[in-house]
Amino acid sequence: MINTIQDTSKVIRVENLRKSYKDLVAVDDVSFEVSRGEIFGLLGPNGAGKTTTVECLQGLRRCTSGKISVLGLDPAKNIGELRRRIGSQLQDSELPQRIKVWEALDLFASITPGENGWRKLMKDWDLESKANASFSSLSGGQKQRLFIALALVNHPEVVFLDEMTTGLDPVARHGAWDLIKEIRANGTTVILVTHFMDEAEELCDRLAIVNQGKLLALDSPFGLTSKYATNMKAAFSYEGDDLPSMEDIPQVKKVTRIGGTVEVEGIGSFVSLMAAKLVNHGIVPNDLRTRQPSLEDVFLTLTGHRIEV
Amino acid sequence: MRTLGRLTLVEMKLFIREPITMFFTFALPLLFLFVMGGVFGKMTNGGAGDFHGLSAMAFYTPAYIALVLTSVGVVGLPGHLTGYRERGVLRRFRASSLSIWRIFAAQGLVSLATAALGGIMILIAGVFVFHVSLPQNPFFVILAFLVSALSFISLGLLLGAVLPTSRAAQGVGLVLFFVMLILGGAGPPPEAMTHLMRVVGDFTPMQHAVTLLQNAWQGLGWNWMEFGIMAGILIVSLTAATLVIRRNS
Repeated sequence: MINTIQDTSKVIRVENLRKSYKDLVAVDDVSFEVSRGEIFGLLGPNGAGKTTTVECLQGLRRCTSGKISVLGLDPAKNIGELRRRIGSQLQDSELPQRIKVWEALDLFASITPGENGWRKLMKDWDLESKANASFSSLSGGQKQRLFIALALVNHPEVVFLDEMTTGLDPVARHGAWDLIKEIRANGTTVILVTHFMDEAEELCDRLAIVNQGKLLALDSPFGLTSKYATNMKAAFSYEGDDLPSMEDIPQVKKVTRIGGTVEVEGIGSFVSLMAAKLVNHGIVPNDLRTRQPSLEDVFLTLTGHRIEV
Repeated sequence: MRTLGRLTLVEMKLFIREPITMFFTFALPLLFLFVMGGVFGKMTNGGAGDFHGLSAMAFYTPAYIALVLTSVGVVGLPGHLTGYRERGVLRRFRASSLSIWRIFAAQGLVSLATAALGGIMILIAGVFVFHVSLPQNPFFVILAFLVSALSFISLGLLLGAVLPTSRAAQGVGLVLFFVMLILGGAGPPPEAMTHLMRVVGDFTPMQHAVTLLQNAWQGLGWNWMEFGIMAGILIVSLTAATLVIRRNS
């Protein structure tokens, strides 16, 4: 965050980006800006147009219309210089099956003149013991670490990570999250494409919610939840039938009793008011728990349905 | 240049690690040479009018050098390149400034080197095992080999650019390979083939590479017509491959 305050220059500007195929509009009038040092997320279901959007930014696809500037460069015109200054981890891409880890790093490093720091990168990303292993023999997590190392081998100013934790087990996913935070800590701007709500919530400084080619909302995870998912939930156990009426509290929206559990939905300060009322009635639950609204709720509010993977 | 050199080196190592292409490039042509040597090896001249009047092995040695080129062009290259596209390797390389041109160039260089090595192996076996006399005109043989090799490599790059999947490349490649093996000048003696078989054979690029090499080897001079056909295949394939790649990227 310090980075953002010190240097607010925009590294990416997208204005009215549109990409259409014959009868399909993949990206429909999308605009956003990314500041230096940010982790910026594109969140949405599969087929929402996230990958197409970043592929236009990386110069892997030509947009149909709109304006794109990455590090002040137009991907359609300065692709050579742009590719030297960005790093990419692509969805559904692989390396030759029999290439060895060190060979891949050495090869990708050879693109940048004078670059010979790949050995350190191999060490940093815990691939040293796998230096002589072939790509096809690596586990999912090791492949991802190699892809990230390859994306960083040219010391990029912006790194694009597309669905980097898909297919990883929970331990490997959390490991990957730590790696992403590390990249940003080194001053690199990160563009994170994901369909995982928890991932976006955990990592992104700001994120755009994308669905069916359209950008629906853009803010920090907290900003999004406080704007689009205002209802908070609280729950506690109570078996008795003398529960005071919670609906009297104006901030309470909904009360449901399922078995021995009371679930209350509301806004603002309803939890404190509800707790006070319970205590006044001599009910002191020892398992009162609250659930903050999540991006899941935001997506539900914005689209009317849950994210489908 | 540093990147192309590094890429060529890596591609060379990958080629060596791939048993199937190694087999098709080096082992299979050599194996056929020995089979044919076992069957026809004792026929020292074509008195009966077979093999265009050459001894059987003087006929087959250049033919199996051409088979090495066929193997590189229709089996090895298309399979490798379509596999790269299918598995997203081309895309991954492209995103890091390793353009498809560089990959195709590196593949071309590796193919040329392996074809040369495979050809030399056949030559050594022909000369030392089957007592085939060395080429009458080494310069023409080398020239014929280079032109034919570049034609088949261009054909391989074109197939690699056009065929959609590695399965398709495998299917198409193997059909082309076996048709050329049997009818393209490395199978039965030409005199033993039916007219139709010879007509089909004449439509295969390999038949023309075989004749070009045989003529140069036997000191019959430079066959301009066969050279023209090989050069034509080279130019057309390379142009078509370039257009297809440019359109797709």
